[in-house]
Amino acid sequence: MTSLPQATDRKLGLVIDLDTCVGCHACVVSCKEWNSQGHGAPLSDTDAFGAAPEGSFLNRVHSFEVTREDAPPMVVHFPKSCLHCDDAPCVTVCPTGASYKRPEDGIVLVNEDACIGCGLCAWACPYGAREMDTQAGVMKKCTLCVDRIYNDHLPEVDREPACVKSCPAGARHFGDLADPDSAVSQLVAARDGMDLMPEQGTKPVNKYLPPRPRDTLPVPDPGTRPAEPAVGDVKGLLGWLDRTLERL
Amino acid sequence: MSSDPTLTLSRPVSDEVRKTTCYMCACRCGIDVHLKDGKVSHIEGNRDHPVNRGVLCAKGSAGIMQHRSPARLRAPLRRVGPRGSGQFEEISWDEALQTAVDWMAPLRAAAPEKLAFFTGRDQSQSFTGWWAQAFGTPNWAAHGGFCSVNMAAAGIYTLGGAFWEFGQPDWERTRLFVLFGVAEDHDSNPIKIGLGKLKARGARVIGVNPIRSGYNAVADDWVGITPGTDGLFILSLVHELLRTGAVDLDYLIRYTDAPFLVNAADGPEKGLFLRDADGAPLVRDRRTGRAVAWNAPGVQPDPGRGVVVDGVEHLPVFRHLAERYLDPAHAPEAVAERCGLTPARIRAIAAEIARVAFEEEITLDRPWTDFRGVRHDKMTGRPVAFHAMRGLSAHSNGFQTTRALHMLQVLLGSVEVPGGFRFKPPYPKPATAHPRPHGRATPGAPLDGPHLGYPQGPDDLLLTEDGAPLRIDKAFSWEHPLSAHGMMHMVISNAHAGDPYRIDTLFLYMANMAWNSSMNTSAVMEMLTDTDESGEYVIPRIICADAYSSEMVAFADLVLPDTTYLERHDCISLLDRPICEAEALADSIRWPVVAPDRDVRAFQSVLLELGARLGLPGMVRDDGSPEYADYADYMVRHERRPGVGPLAGWRGEAGDGVGRGAPNPAQLQRYIDNGGFFVDHIPDEAQFFKPWNAAYQDWAVARGLYDSPQPYVLNLWCEPLRKFQLAAEGHGKRQPPEHLRARIKTCFDPLPIWYEPFEQAALDTAAYPLHALTQRPMAMYHSWGSQNVWLRQIHGQNPLYLPRDVWQAHGFRPGDWAHLTSPHGKITVPVARMDALNPHTVWTWNAIGKRRGAWALSDRAPEAERGFLLNHLIHELLPPRGDGLRWANSDPITGQAAWFDLRVRIERAAAHDGPSLPAHPAQASPVGQGPAVVAHGAEWTT
Repeated sequence: MTSLPQATDRKLGLVIDLDTCVGCHACVVSCKEWNSQGHGAPLSDTDAFGAAPEGSFLNRVHSFEVTREDAPPMVVHFPKSCLHCDDAPCVTVCPTGASYKRPEDGIVLVNEDACIGCGLCAWACPYGAREMDTQAGVMKKCTLCVDRIYNDHLPEVDREPACVKSCPAGARHFGDLADPDSAVSQLVAARDGMDLMPEQGTKPVNKYLPPRPRDTLPVPDPGTRPAEPAVGDVKGLLGWLDRTLERL
Repeated sequence: MSSDPTLTLSRPVSDEVRKTTCYMCACRCGIDVHLKDGKVSHIEGNRDHPVNRGVLCAKGSAGIMQHRSPARLRAPLRRVGPRGSGQFEEISWDEALQTAVDWMAPLRAAAPEKLAFFTGRDQSQSFTGWWAQAFGTPNWAAHGGFCSVNMAAAGIYTLGGAFWEFGQPDWERTRLFVLFGVAEDHDSNPIKIGLGKLKARGARVIGVNPIRSGYNAVADDWVGITPGTDGLFILSLVHELLRTGAVDLDYLIRYTDAPFLVNAADGPEKGLFLRDADGAPLVRDRRTGRAVAWNAPGVQPDPGRGVVVDGVEHLPVFRHLAERYLDPAHAPEAVAERCGLTPARIRAIAAEIARVAFEEEITLDRPWTDFRGVRHDKMTGRPVAFHAMRGLSAHSNGFQTTRALHMLQVLLGSVEVPGGFRFKPPYPKPATAHPRPHGRATPGAPLDGPHLGYPQGPDDLLLTEDGAPLRIDKAFSWEHPLSAHGMMHMVISNAHAGDPYRIDTLFLYMANMAWNSSMNTSAVMEMLTDTDESGEYVIPRIICADAYSSEMVAFADLVLPDTTYLERHDCISLLDRPICEAEALADSIRWPVVAPDRDVRAFQSVLLELGARLGLPGMVRDDGSPEYADYADYMVRHERRPGVGPLAGWRGEAGDGVGRGAPNPAQLQRYIDNGGFFVDHIPDEAQFFKPWNAAYQDWAVARGLYDSPQPYVLNLWCEPLRKFQLAAEGHGKRQPPEHLRARIKTCFDPLPIWYEPFEQAALDTAAYPLHALTQRPMAMYHSWGSQNVWLRQIHGQNPLYLPRDVWQAHGFRPGDWAHLTSPHGKITVPVARMDALNPHTVWTWNAIGKRRGAWALSDRAPEAERGFLLNHLIHELLPPRGDGLRWANSDPITGQAAWFDLRVRIERAAAHDGPSLPAHPAQASPVGQGPAVVAHGAEWTT
């Protein structure tokens, strides 16, 4: 069993805007691309050109339909990766200490040298956010691109997770959620950001911004419409033109 | 608590970064390609690039898997088995090139039209067209005819520009954005970036699409319209705007043909503009009641009242227009049911458009001067913007529907104003400023002019003395007079039928015509392999240039293997399909950031060498040596007009020329040093009202976009259409064939109209009650490279999505299969339920299905087992009418392939459990199957 830090100095994480995510998978693939050649073992793909290709991804997009009583159905695209929980069950369940949460920024990582590939952490995670790499035999998970965000070899503007940089719609935001004045905290406050499955008690750091209300365009009440539209029909055309031209 | 001794927070990302252009789709984003040990290790978006500003889509991020794909061709191939079998032998480049020359040279000497050269989603149309013109064949075009020529042509004939590549919404300022028929793509990253901006500031997005996915999923309001009825809906919005007086009369009088006088009396002049002796259209001056030139000094044009000249009445365009659309036939009550909407919803949308346009007017404090010399102290805008793509255009009524949408924008006064739709250089450019089409072949000589263009009337059609089409695809014939992009989808079918004639050699570049790029795929495969009575192939020779082992490659007699996108030069040119932004001129290059590790060559360089070996003018010097060493040399030294070449940046000997200037030998290095692109910003006072803005016109002339200022007005009334209609009414020397007269009279209305899509009009719709559509998935926008190991894990198979009522009525259950039947054929496919769907529509992802043996995939790949093409159900011809004629399943005006007119019926396939049917036999793979395990980055990770 592995212990969690009492508290972390910062809480680095993602704010994901479900009102804006179009489900394009840019974050999924840019994550896989960076992290294949970044920290730890590559994210391999087996049966790559065969009948059942299967590889490890640290971030996936799921799509859901929401059927509503008196409004058209909605489709919600839902990107999901490790939420870097304050109370991360994947850490406490780890028998070797390989899974750990960094006290300085709250990022949950796996020490691949110490990982025995037992898979307990994946069972413990209620979000399904960890994936075993079958080739390396170690557990893989979102690192919040820890090898980007502190990387002096990158321009400062690029020191953010690959998924945030690539997102075309700007639906992904990165920052310190422990700082109430940070841009991400402000966004969460302004848009009613929420925890994923709070009943699990994991206290996730990542937040989701819910979709804004959809299909609200007001249908004018016939009783409130102007009785005399400006033109009305063909007979009103020349009169309206004369009145309008007069004002130009 | 634990720690990780192996964690390195800051290590070098790569040895070197090389900046080039992605262009695996038509977005053409800038990319930073990282190299380690001389190999590509990482690709990310270029933050400085005007198109993508650092972001990158899934496909772009998976570019390494495209670049390293096991499906890459390795050497030139000669067919040794039957066509379609995929059996080849490798040959040398010299042998391959000589074979091609031996086939082509006799054709050029005797009958250049016997070579048909068509390219797919190509990055070099101005170059391939120039080559084909030098060869002398009229039979050249790119893929626009089966993609979205309606979008381009309707825009250019109406506005002098179009959505997407020629224009964009004012993402920074619009407050209401209405998106019609955009299927996840077209264009990809710029729309996503733009939607993100709208969302960040809470602007309203309305999505009009039968399917609520992608962009429509994030739309604040979804209009799940019935396919093919967008035109009815738009004209009803126009009815409402006119009825309530919500049109910008001042804008219409200043910047459009709304006050132009149109002959209203029956006869050979009916529907044409009243013009003065110099050909200038006339308007009624409100001060005098007399007809004067539209641009006469001080004129006050009257959009309502007409004049009588020599006893003939002439009424303004706006009068014709208003009377047409105020008619109760366009009222919401009259159309809503056919559109799958309610009258109240149409009214609500019209009211919201009117509210934002006229109650949220925005002004910029930017003085500007119009072409009449009038100074304006500010720029006023109506912050409603529209965008549309194939959902409107891929119907047989798509040209008129798209024109209807442009008319709506013009009536609102939201074109080229702050908050509205904005042109991107080299647009605005009206149809009259484009070339006319050319198609007269002369043995041993170049064609008489550029192939494609914008006809202004029947005189511009490409016909023989007998009235037969000059082109194999019948573009610019009476069947499809304004087919400005050609009709690639008809080439194989017409060549096989010998209608209008037979060809000898079919030369295809990057076009998968034996699979997802053709209508009626199974039959096309038969046409490609069909033999005549002597046992020879009906299409005698096929040459394919492609980078990958596609389905089409298996049908080639000779294969010219191309490079991947990282191994080549290209220019994304202002002569071609620009990457400009509304506020800047921009172009870019690709350059080989790594060298090929196979015996392959970039196609454009191969084409130049073929041209030199054939002795084509412009490609060979007097001493017989090649004019250009390769495509890079052409990009720098070719001049289309003196001082104007493929690239606009760093021209002239000193490298300080913008748009104009002598070739600069250091030009490509300047592009490379600048990140692979060139940007030249439009001055603030020239950024809006571009067709009428003197500062913009002067700026464009200085850069070679025009040779003189070209101000013009927007065309609500499409006079070229009326000229074709007059011919159909019996006026003029050039007359359409009798069987087309009625169709031209109906469809070529100079004002936008709606008519029922042709296929359903000819059917018993009760027998085919459903519409069937396809969309491209965003992660695979454009179909190149379905062999990508990462992307195929996201989209490796494609169910047919069924709406709730259809699902329940047929008793479908998860995991079921269905028979889907169109008037032309039947397929058997897996199904899934989707409620966020028009109730009369089924749909699937396009081009996921693969033929066994292609793309280095296993024969048991899910792409073949559970993927499928809807194409098998879509015929390139309409159902036979018993007249013996072949009627194309295309827009009658532009020839755009009517992919989305498809009607089907469905039944549960109770006993079926795969595979998808039809199941074509495997083609042999010239590249084998890809490796079992891929672990990108293993060589660099610890």
